[in-house]
Amino acid sequence: MGKPRQIKDFLKKMSLDTATIRRIASLARIRLDESEVQQAQAEINGILGWIEQLQEVETEGVEPMAGGSPVAQARARLRPDVVTDGGQADAILANAPDRQGEYFGVPKVVE
Amino acid sequence: MHPTDFTLRGAIDALNEGTISSVELTNAHLDGIAKLNPRLNAYITVTAEKALAAAKASDERRRQGTVGALEGIPLAIKDLFCTAGTRTTAGSRILDSFVPPYESTVSQNLLDDGAVFLGKANLDEFAMGSSNTTSASGPVENPWSRANDPDTRLVPGGSSGGSAAAVAARLALGATATDTGGSIRQPAAFCGIAGIKPTYGRCSRFGIVAFASSLDQAGPVARTVEDCAILLKSMAGFDPRDSTSADMPVPDFAKACERGVKGLRIGVPKEYRLDGMAPEIVALWEQGLAWLRDAGAETVEVSLPHAKYALPTYYIVAPAEASSNLARYDGVRFGMRVTEPGSDLRDLYERTRAAGFGAEVRRRIMIGTYVLSAGYYDAYYLKAQKVRALIRRDFEQAYEKVDAILTPATPSAAFGMDEKQDDPVAMYLNDIFTVTANLAGLPGLAVPAGLDGQGLPLGLQVIGRAFDEETVFAVGRTLERAANFTALPGLRAGA
Amino acid sequence: MSYTIEGRTGPWELVIGLEIHAQVISQAKLFSGAATAFGAEPNSQVSFIDAGFPGMLPVINQECVAQAVRTGLGLNAQVNLWSRFDRKNYFYADLPQGYQISQFAHPIIGEGAVEITLGDGTTKTIGITRLHLEQDAGKSLHDQHATKSFIDLNRSGVALMEIVSEPDMRSPEEAGAYLTKIRQILRYLGTCDGNMDEGSMRADVNVSVRKAGEGFRTRCEVKNVNSIRFVMQAVEAEARRQIEVWESGEEVFQETRLFDTARGVTRSMRSKEDAHDYRYFPEPDLPPLVLDSDWVAALKAALPELPDARRARYTAMGLTAYDAHVLTLEKETAVFFETVAKGRDAKLAANWVTGDFFAALNRLKRDVSDPPVTAENLGALLDLISDKTLSGSLAKQVFEAMLETGKAPGEIVEERGLKQVTDTGAIEAVVAQVMAANADKVAEYRSGKEKLFGFFVGQTMKAMQGKGNPALVNEVVKTALAG
Ligand SMILES: [Mg+2]
Ligand SMILES: [Zn+2]
Repeated sequence: MGKPRQIKDFLKKMSLDTATIRRIASLARIRLDESEVQQAQAEINGILGWIEQLQEVETEGVEPMAGGSPVAQARARLRPDVVTDGGQADAILANAPDRQGEYFGVPKVVE
Repeated sequence: MHPTDFTLRGAIDALNEGTISSVELTNAHLDGIAKLNPRLNAYITVTAEKALAAAKASDERRRQGTVGALEGIPLAIKDLFCTAGTRTTAGSRILDSFVPPYESTVSQNLLDDGAVFLGKANLDEFAMGSSNTTSASGPVENPWSRANDPDTRLVPGGSSGGSAAAVAARLALGATATDTGGSIRQPAAFCGIAGIKPTYGRCSRFGIVAFASSLDQAGPVARTVEDCAILLKSMAGFDPRDSTSADMPVPDFAKACERGVKGLRIGVPKEYRLDGMAPEIVALWEQGLAWLRDAGAETVEVSLPHAKYALPTYYIVAPAEASSNLARYDGVRFGMRVTEPGSDLRDLYERTRAAGFGAEVRRRIMIGTYVLSAGYYDAYYLKAQKVRALIRRDFEQAYEKVDAILTPATPSAAFGMDEKQDDPVAMYLNDIFTVTANLAGLPGLAVPAGLDGQGLPLGLQVIGRAFDEETVFAVGRTLERAANFTALPGLRAGA
Repeated sequence: MSYTIEGRTGPWELVIGLEIHAQVISQAKLFSGAATAFGAEPNSQVSFIDAGFPGMLPVINQECVAQAVRTGLGLNAQVNLWSRFDRKNYFYADLPQGYQISQFAHPIIGEGAVEITLGDGTTKTIGITRLHLEQDAGKSLHDQHATKSFIDLNRSGVALMEIVSEPDMRSPEEAGAYLTKIRQILRYLGTCDGNMDEGSMRADVNVSVRKAGEGFRTRCEVKNVNSIRFVMQAVEAEARRQIEVWESGEEVFQETRLFDTARGVTRSMRSKEDAHDYRYFPEPDLPPLVLDSDWVAALKAALPELPDARRARYTAMGLTAYDAHVLTLEKETAVFFETVAKGRDAKLAANWVTGDFFAALNRLKRDVSDPPVTAENLGALLDLISDKTLSGSLAKQVFEAMLETGKAPGEIVEERGLKQVTDTGAIEAVVAQVMAANADKVAEYRSGKEKLFGFFVGQTMKAMQGKGNPALVNEVVKTALAG
């Protein structure tokens, strides 16, 4: 992709525009510099273009597989209602980048 | 014999016979690590003092007559398993200083059986990669090199590249690893060792940093099939703290290794005969089938018609789950935080996650966020789940005809550290043979089976029925015996 | 006629639906073993699961599931034997995992209905769309520091039931009655304590307005309203705002808003503006929630009596509709009443509970769950009335003494000698004295001034310090005066 014209044509074919890339980055809370937007766009579009082939699979009436169990009838186990955890504020807070007494500190959130 | 040359089984026997102590065994491995790790970078964190203390305690227990299944055996733990009091990074800057106050169930099971932990093995960041070049702690080097090109440094595969390199270079008798799309089997194949991803639910995921919850499974890498069987027996088991953990008894896998394959039907998926596949890989595959026939198995062609959609399916499901699993790394409760003067919370999130995650992780989070976002969910995620169901059904139908399936482990031998790095899709193709087992939740074992023209190891893969690791081990052990793989990497302890 | 708000362009109808978040009563959290108790030290009831630590996994609490099923049954709703948890993804300071585990596509409870009673005595059925289980978030404190918010994760992971109604309500009163009714049912079931000031229950109020005969117009959601009164105020305030918007020729935009209780108006919540793409997908850490129909049947069989059924039973016992209503509003009141009434005259019990007892609660600012007189003692007092040990007025005296001392009525009667005199001879003696002392009045009575009858009864009772059995006193006085 050497020449500017080719780059432009290439980008035109892409399904995701830069606004969408910015929106995704914003949803994912990942800061993207302007210089990174186009690179992310090229890479993500490359991958999405390759993923497109899934659309050719006939999936009419197929029950989607959620979860990783090889056994289709997997069901959740339920635990008894007993207090077995907690009482460890120090351990909970030990790794905090900004511990404020018995709390986690963050920049003030305004509603 | 140098203590690092023991297989894990051999070391257990030597310890039991009293010809070596855990302290001696541990010291020998720590010496090897001191010498080779600066180059291989297989360990992110070496816990030499803790290891020696654990070895001493193990020798003491042995004197008292308490001998666990892995009593005194030095192991490497992939730095994706949380280890109480020992830094756990997941190969990411964002967890650079994270010291978990809890132990993963799998590593705890190993500790309970008497194992000694040498340190935390390197990996691709958050287990995302097939080359172990995305780690914040730097790339891992494969201890093997090309016969005619010894100066080109090769990748060990990924994401469990540190685990595989450490075991291949004799810097551990075995290691824990995890496999989301091939992260045990591909590095095992690249490093000339064995590795098994068991059935989904066989090992607890509790305390393992999550990448893609419905695909992640822990398993061992070791230098022999039997060593993998011994380790898996220890690692596996029902855990009430993981709702997806299978409440099933854990068989004696080591015993199953010696079952042989007489009368077994081995499936050969015709769709795996890819156009342009390396002739060496095709030949190895044929050889593997011949070995199994020689040992009394019947080989049968089967069809997995949706297998060719496995990789794109995987690259929807895995990033989607990852985008959600990695949302917790936000700079509030643990890990790295990046702010500027005047940063509000949103700015804190965005700066922290931009700086804390590497390029591949950011890329997959973005893809995962996109495929789940409003208007695209049905076209991508739901579609992928349906194709995934079809892939699982393909296997179910195949297993009506066969007892196990044989495929190559990887489409090539280990590649150079600078190769394939600029094209994500080319990199993703590394997992083409392994990823179906993750999508279907099935056990898959990689066995070193031969060398390519450059003298690099190549592996075969055995995929079994759900919860039938025993047959997988029996087939794997038969292949291992027939292949008689004795080649050694150039870089190894005691060499 | 139906409720409307009069605008410049004529009357407007209101369309209201509620999403109620009710905290499940359980010892431990929905997905972790940390405690749920209110008011603990910050971050002291937090597991690594609740704090979203790496490698932590959820495991479902059976009791929380049972509570949701009980609630569903209590709301006459469909119990789904197969349901599933999904992740709702968004970033927020007090949402540690970066997602809330909730039930989006497949809730545990489907459609149901409740009947509300309005002030004019009419009833109306409000549809329930669904009820699902989800985890609560933590709490942000904004007033502890000049530039920081503080995060406490004690609430993080506590089980919530989100109960979603159909847009069936048409007035603030209906919205208030519906929330009251839901709260009453949950409290009866013991599935939520309904303490709105502790945040155990809060409502998102969906409001739209329309002209008669129209379909639905755009609605707005007023988030997290935390009292029944505020729900009614928020409905009215939001409806008036929307009417103004429409009438000024503009359009109402769908958005989430907050109710400013001090100013009585709703305002836009801009901080949530881009939070709408929640990227729901099935929670891969949890297999589907599959219930056995036998288990559900057992929960159903063990369900306590609900307010509607109890009210019907009370009316059948002879209570007035009003007393039945008042006595069943709170489960504690009903239980108190039934203890008092057990084996006794239900009407007498109802009179005492709704009369003197309620008055005492009011006066002493006490609650039925912390009564100044136990139900057992009040029952014993009724026994003393029934066996004529005490007259009505004596009983009131004894009741006051019970309030003061907390003692049993029998003890007070003994101590103070308040036993009613039913010995006719003793009464006759007193009446004779009274007549002797008031011979002039006896003569007046006998000459036709029959009004004086009350005077003789009063004098006799006074002489007997109120202990004379009123009926007997009346009878004796009558006989003696006729004499
Ligand atoms: Mg809501
Ligand atoms: Zn909710």
